[in-house]
Amino acid sequence: MIKIEKDVVVIGGGPAGLAAAAKVYDNGVKDVVILERDFELGGILPQCIHNGFGLHHFGEELTGPEYSQRFENDVEERDIEVKLNTMVLDVTADKKVFAMNKDQGAMEIQAKAVILAMGCRERTAGALGIPGTRPAGVLTAGTAQRFTNIEGYVPGEKVVILGSGDIGLIMARRMRLEGADVKAVCEILPYTGGLTRNVVQCLEDYDIPLKLNHTVTKIIGNDRLEAVEITEVDENMKPIPETSEIVEADTLLLSVGLIPENELSKKAEVALDDRTGGPVVNEGRETNVDGIFACGNVLHVHDLVDWVTEESQIAGDWAAKYINDDYKRSEKKIDVKAGENVSYVIPQSIELEAEDRKRIPLYMRVSTPLTAIDIELYADGEKLYSFSEPFGKPGEMISVPLAQKTLNDLDEVSEIRVDIIEKEGE
Amino acid sequence: MSKNKYDVIIVGGGISGCAVAWKLSRYNLDVLLLEKDPDVATGTTKANTAIIHAGYNADPNKQKGRLNTKGNVQIKDIVKDLSVPFEEIGSLVVGMEGDDLSVLDELLEKGKKNGVEGLEIVDREWIIENEPHINRDVKAALWAPTAGIITPWEFALAMAENAVANGVEVKLETEVLDVYTEADKVKGVKTNQGDFAADYVVNAAGLYADEVAKMVGVEKIDIHPRKGEYYIYDHAKDFEINHVLFPIPTKISKGIVCTPTVEHNLLIGPTSDFVDSKEDLATTTEGLNKVFNGAQKMFPELTLKDSIRVFAGLRAADTTEDFVIEAAENVHGFINVAGIQSPGLSSAPAIADLAAELLSEQGLELKEKKNVIEKREEPARFYEISNEERAAYAEEDKEYGQIICRCETVSLKEIKDAINGPIPARTVNAVKRRTRAGAGRCQGGFCGPRVTQIIADELGIKPTEVRLEKDNSNIVEHKIKGLLGSQGDAE
Repeated sequence: MIKIEKDVVVIGGGPAGLAAAAKVYDNGVKDVVILERDFELGGILPQCIHNGFGLHHFGEELTGPEYSQRFENDVEERDIEVKLNTMVLDVTADKKVFAMNKDQGAMEIQAKAVILAMGCRERTAGALGIPGTRPAGVLTAGTAQRFTNIEGYVPGEKVVILGSGDIGLIMARRMRLEGADVKAVCEILPYTGGLTRNVVQCLEDYDIPLKLNHTVTKIIGNDRLEAVEITEVDENMKPIPETSEIVEADTLLLSVGLIPENELSKKAEVALDDRTGGPVVNEGRETNVDGIFACGNVLHVHDLVDWVTEESQIAGDWAAKYINDDYKRSEKKIDVKAGENVSYVIPQSIELEAEDRKRIPLYMRVSTPLTAIDIELYADGEKLYSFSEPFGKPGEMISVPLAQKTLNDLDEVSEIRVDIIEKEGE
Repeated sequence: MSKNKYDVIIVGGGISGCAVAWKLSRYNLDVLLLEKDPDVATGTTKANTAIIHAGYNADPNKQKGRLNTKGNVQIKDIVKDLSVPFEEIGSLVVGMEGDDLSVLDELLEKGKKNGVEGLEIVDREWIIENEPHINRDVKAALWAPTAGIITPWEFALAMAENAVANGVEVKLETEVLDVYTEADKVKGVKTNQGDFAADYVVNAAGLYADEVAKMVGVEKIDIHPRKGEYYIYDHAKDFEINHVLFPIPTKISKGIVCTPTVEHNLLIGPTSDFVDSKEDLATTTEGLNKVFNGAQKMFPELTLKDSIRVFAGLRAADTTEDFVIEAAENVHGFINVAGIQSPGLSSAPAIADLAAELLSEQGLELKEKKNVIEKREEPARFYEISNEERAAYAEEDKEYGQIICRCETVSLKEIKDAINGPIPARTVNAVKRRTRAGAGRCQGGFCGPRVTQIIADELGIKPTEVRLEKDNSNIVEHKIKGLLGSQGDAE
């Protein structure tokens, strides 16, 4: 087994890993390696051939492969080491990374810092426990997207989509463009899980019906999917049997949630947050394990890759500071809490000492959708300030800055809480 | 390759057919095993509770009772010879507050009659010490240390592979359509792949054993499929379960079982409901609720959070609710191995012994072969070995270094070996059964496209021809632009 020593090991060569690695390098830490399990860099972006990427980060609209290419170029220009087709099987709390690939076999890399950037996986039909059979033609939207856009194969002709997550919406349009009959997108909730622009551009523009408060209650067909039973649900999400209809379909795509992929994190004794499914981190994206950082969808599921980039650059900055001994957890720790109608806030704590700190963005999601909201920040129960937004949707992450000035005044504070409430008078 | 005439044709490649093939491969015989599906072990054998029962539950006056205990003992040697994942973790029949605890004594007595060793009634304290998360309403239990857990499809596959190593021929996708007889003697079978002659036929057709029996005029076998539904959980669970746990049984069912699997998943189920169709493998809302509620009675902390799959299997139950292992009365050379429901898996080697005995009584000469291959080489099984062992494999062959399935840690080499094995894996599910690729938490979401491509490459077929399991189960249907009428860049 090969033994290697590295300052920083980045696990995952998707948008998070690429941005973090380049940032680490730019801070003077050049002994970095990116370990990527696929045959190419970019993570899921190469299969996201639609546009809509980069509006925040670059101020222009790019496709997934274009967005990814910019960061791949950054890594290449810096001559950062990349190992493709390399699967990490183990990470320990003392930062030993065990990985394998075909050319080099097994390797154990002793890192000084590790950046977890493994992304997420899709929730499956099996995990949902949809009653019925287990035929061919039932797959997650992301797997269908890979088959279509990378491998060059279309799963089927008559398609029903369960769940209105962004990949589901994108795949509704993609399958229609391939000539498939996309019968419906069913969403069990009274609102969509995806971005508004995707509902408009992928469903409405193509006359694909969106059935809110509907779910798939049965999968039919032993060998190939033959049909699905679609049923309306009541306000408690219980199916109303008399509303059931059988819809002929040879393909059922699922877009019913993404799960941060933290199996390796658990091996490294990283503590996870039940609400995000990802590690608990401070503002530098460091986990509870000294020198192990996390960013991107492994930390919490993002809707826009632009936020992944911002977050990963934060992680890269702090990982470099960690290597450069310019990193100190302060005696005082401020807990950041999700309050009323907030499903989570990242980071979960603020505890780092730094001279040049400018601002800390707080990433959060609303629990239930509201139009016209006030995002209120409280320090130990005392209101700091609030921001207004035209709407809050669970599918769209909100970023709120904690300004440097505010941070300087927080010396005695032990908790910051965020509430999102309906704007008064609306 | 195919011979004009065989001594014995076995109909059905489930656990019973594979066990009979394994047994007969010890003798100087030409044996042919016919399986209608693209792989062995695709029926009841792949969808059950994966337990080797101790033998206390079966009626000593039935074939079930006579064969279970014997099979349990035999299996422990076979799994070593054939490298089948098996763990003798023991089982508990758990009596709770309000249950009729006298059932435990009855089971103990029945077990003693059946010759089951090591049975004892254990108290609340013992149970809680050994199963720390169990419901605190527990009162007493029957402890059966000889019960175990096994990978059922691999058990069947291992016996079939060893049979092949010892000269048995296996033909997949070969469905028996009729049995030829002449002057009340078996002459051979008609299949969708042509005719095969033989003097003896063993009917191990599982759910379809009654239909095969009817081909020679045996009307007494009547298979009523009885469905069992299950949940399977990821390795990462909230808490550990250490033994096979049964509630107090009812007349027709052993109740909702909670058990670890050999691969460290948690399995809960089954229901027990008669269904009309032998093809009805659908799970139901009611059934799944029953399974979960039953399991929660045993483990109140259990949630559905880490469940990764639901499935249903059909027990091939005869109306007598017993195994029907006997020679046909009206036709010479026809042996029925029918009605093999629980404890069929546990009894498999004993069933095979009995079938061989019946064949011998019918006049088949069982002459022991010299130089029988007893062992099956252990596959690599990356999912359960240490990193050091994985590293050693990768030094031996580079293709072990490329991991295809991330959830279960399955290498390219293991997948290629499965596809090119003695009983080749031709489908995505066949690869999954042999290697565990796709059996994990993402359910093939990531490795599915890669496994599809590897199967296509190894078999020299198009990806659009790769099947999930049976015919008409293609993973992908068209090349892109295919639906738009493009002929371009055809393969």
